[in-house]
Amino acid sequence: MLSASVTRGSMRKSPSRRGWLMIAVFIFILHFLPWVAPNTIHLSIMMFLFAVMGQGWNILGGYAGQASFGHTVFFGTGAYISTMLFLRLGLTPWIGIVLATLGGVLLGIFIGALSFRYGLKGPFFALIMLAFAEIFHMVSLGWGFIGGAEGLLIPLEGYAPLKMQFLDKKAFYFLSLWMVIGSLYLVWRLERTKIGLYFLACREDHDAAEALGVNTFRAQLIAIALSAGITSMAGTVYAQYLLYIDPDSVFGLLNSVEIMIRPIIGGAGTVFGPLLGSLILTPLAEYSRLALQSYSGVYLMWYGLILVIVIIFLPNGLMGLLNNLKDRYQTKGQ
Amino acid sequence: MNADPILELENINKSFRGLKAIEAISLSLSPGEIVGLIGPNGAGKTTLFNVISGFSVPDSGSVTFKGQSLIGLKPHKICKLGLTRTFQIVKPFNHLTILQNVAVGCFNWASDMAAAEAEAWRTLEFVGLEKKALDQAKATTIPDRKRLELARALASKPDMILLDEVMAGLNPTEQMKIIDLVRQIRQSGVSVFIIEHSMRVIMGLCDRICVIHHGQVIAVGTPGQICADKNVINSYLGEGNAFVKA
Amino acid sequence: MDFTFVVQSLLNGLLIGGVYSLVAIGLTVIFGVMKVINFAHGALMMLGMYASYWIATLLQINVYATIAFVLPLLFIVGVLFQKVLIAPIMDAPEHNQLFLTLGVMLFLQNMAVYLWTPDFRILRTPYANINYYIGDISISLVHILAFAMAIVFSGILYIILHKTDLGRAIRASSEEPVGAKLMGINIKRIYWITFGIGAACAGVAGTAITPFFPIYPYVGDIFVLTAYVVVVLGGMGSVFGAFVGGLIIGMADSIGAMILPGSMKSVLSFVIFIMILLFKPTGLFGRQNA
Repeated sequence: MLSASVTRGSMRKSPSRRGWLMIAVFIFILHFLPWVAPNTIHLSIMMFLFAVMGQGWNILGGYAGQASFGHTVFFGTGAYISTMLFLRLGLTPWIGIVLATLGGVLLGIFIGALSFRYGLKGPFFALIMLAFAEIFHMVSLGWGFIGGAEGLLIPLEGYAPLKMQFLDKKAFYFLSLWMVIGSLYLVWRLERTKIGLYFLACREDHDAAEALGVNTFRAQLIAIALSAGITSMAGTVYAQYLLYIDPDSVFGLLNSVEIMIRPIIGGAGTVFGPLLGSLILTPLAEYSRLALQSYSGVYLMWYGLILVIVIIFLPNGLMGLLNNLKDRYQTKGQ
Repeated sequence: MNADPILELENINKSFRGLKAIEAISLSLSPGEIVGLIGPNGAGKTTLFNVISGFSVPDSGSVTFKGQSLIGLKPHKICKLGLTRTFQIVKPFNHLTILQNVAVGCFNWASDMAAAEAEAWRTLEFVGLEKKALDQAKATTIPDRKRLELARALASKPDMILLDEVMAGLNPTEQMKIIDLVRQIRQSGVSVFIIEHSMRVIMGLCDRICVIHHGQVIAVGTPGQICADKNVINSYLGEGNAFVKA
Repeated sequence: MDFTFVVQSLLNGLLIGGVYSLVAIGLTVIFGVMKVINFAHGALMMLGMYASYWIATLLQINVYATIAFVLPLLFIVGVLFQKVLIAPIMDAPEHNQLFLTLGVMLFLQNMAVYLWTPDFRILRTPYANINYYIGDISISLVHILAFAMAIVFSGILYIILHKTDLGRAIRASSEEPVGAKLMGINIKRIYWITFGIGAACAGVAGTAITPFFPIYPYVGDIFVLTAYVVVVLGGMGSVFGAFVGGLIIGMADSIGAMILPGSMKSVLSFVIFIMILLFKPTGLFGRQNA
């Protein structure tokens, strides 16, 4: 699963002119979706937001090799920071989002500095992230100042773009769409830089990386800072879109699962993995929720099943499968 | 040989849980030398390399490289100062291509991906791996992995390289190729400190040899001197062994 | 806060700690041998609880007698789990194993929701309300029985591990898998047996708390998180450590409940957890890595 990021060919492989053009056209077309299929807007927004969070996880877990089982701690922190600043100080979420991202980054650096200084890796790192997330979860449940178990409600003001509220969902569609595009581009660039390669080196072998001049502590710290920032940024948009956050939904273990399952299924360590995973899992969850109206959460059975199947049969995720098919197709052509 | 040593070890001691791994080791290496380190298994050779390269902190003693103390420095800092090492059990970046493996080392001095990639290709040509540059490292043969270990270390343009049993597991033909490579490496101005088991290789390759046993230096000298050294013969080589220079 | 209250809390914590110990022992044994962190462990405990509940209810037998069914049932579940799902990925990166067990947890928990609804169920027993008194301190019978079960089964496991050939083989595989293989130990067999034992521990722990704990699909979550804390505190792979760790964490939770507001009682345990992971990852009794 973690091995899918091998940039084949030159390390700076880029799409051709024609490739970039096709991408631009595709993005252009996507802008019309809200009018073509208005019923899918909510789904798309959720899909994009979780893809962004998944991409955040991907940087730390897929590229730098540290799988976090508590990534929602950054998401929730971002959501609470911007929401509290808005509710208590009237600060516009457009600035709130910057502070939320900063807050996430600082939290990431704090957790990373502790964990990586003491050489935590693999399952131990996964568990410590889980512990931090649970602590934040429990504290937020009991801390009245930030709403406690009841959570925080953002008053609906209709059309108030300065307060990041819009009459209809389309605005959030575009916002989240561009966040996805931004996160895709960021990771794509990352793959082609020194620090991106250093992430990979840390993932593969710490000792060898150190011996080759990689400051593994610093590299991992950068990875978690980036990862946390992206994830917490999505938290603000989520809060503004739904106008309600509570400890269970933004700090719960379930949300950490939602965040990380997307890159795992889609292909960790690849640019498109988290988006691909989100493309498949978000509609699946929605459809499951509607079809099996019995109990919410039963869609998680599917998550579990898919996760097990993918890990056993497609350890590089769907991107890995696509790459394999592409390789086979290309060698046949020769 | 130049007057100033490039690497100076003084009175290095290291114990693990009460057991002395290396004791009072002192040694001086001059720039451009190929110095061999031999001794029976468990003599402390890799421990010494670990101490020099920053993977292990000695209990006492000093390690000075190009006039600078290495004690307490992390391995990556030591690499940046110009000293790299290979590992006895090779540690390739398995899921990366051979090219990517080597490029990691290049970023010690390269400013961007283009420069790193260009130098990576050059280094691969030097060791003869350029045809496999785009293969995944885990899909390579043992001899190729050994070359990769060398290439990665060379990519950082070190002044000195520590080679830890780079010949292990190779047949004589492959060994000859690596020996040639090491000679070329020295020719390009890199000093070499090499641990080896194969007598043939050590005697043929090294300017000087340091013999350690039970963590202590028992002899230092040219191959000829080592063969004749009573201590070495008694404890390591055995009586009446004659050696032919390879 | 008076003395009686403190003692009462600590005592309750100790008793429930016994159950934590049993759950954690199952987890630590699996980790010790296979280096797999089993996220589905809580779900296995949940299965044990439901099994006890249904068997006791449908067959109208004493809940404690259900162990006769639960133990072998969960053992088999564990064996199947290992053979079908874990074995194929033993050589995969560690993360994959974590994700797989996470997937199994999601599947089992939510299958339980689907089959049995998320409603809390309570098993009514005639002795649920029996309490013994020492001065002002009350000890509930079912708590004592749970603790007793935990001790007994931990003890049995300890004896198996230290006094039988199987146990020696398990410990050898845990400490030195390559050497164990060379000695002729069938490692594959050890793997599934160990997983079965681990699952059985979780199942028995479930049975132990069924008389006084609500039974619902997510009940495992509480215990699995705590079990990790215990395992890390006690030292990965150390049965004795898991036992001692369970008691300590049980009491830490009680102390937490005393000094922290409602939902935050486990914060103390998690802080301990983080401290141990950072400063003494081998825990109290874990093996030092060479």
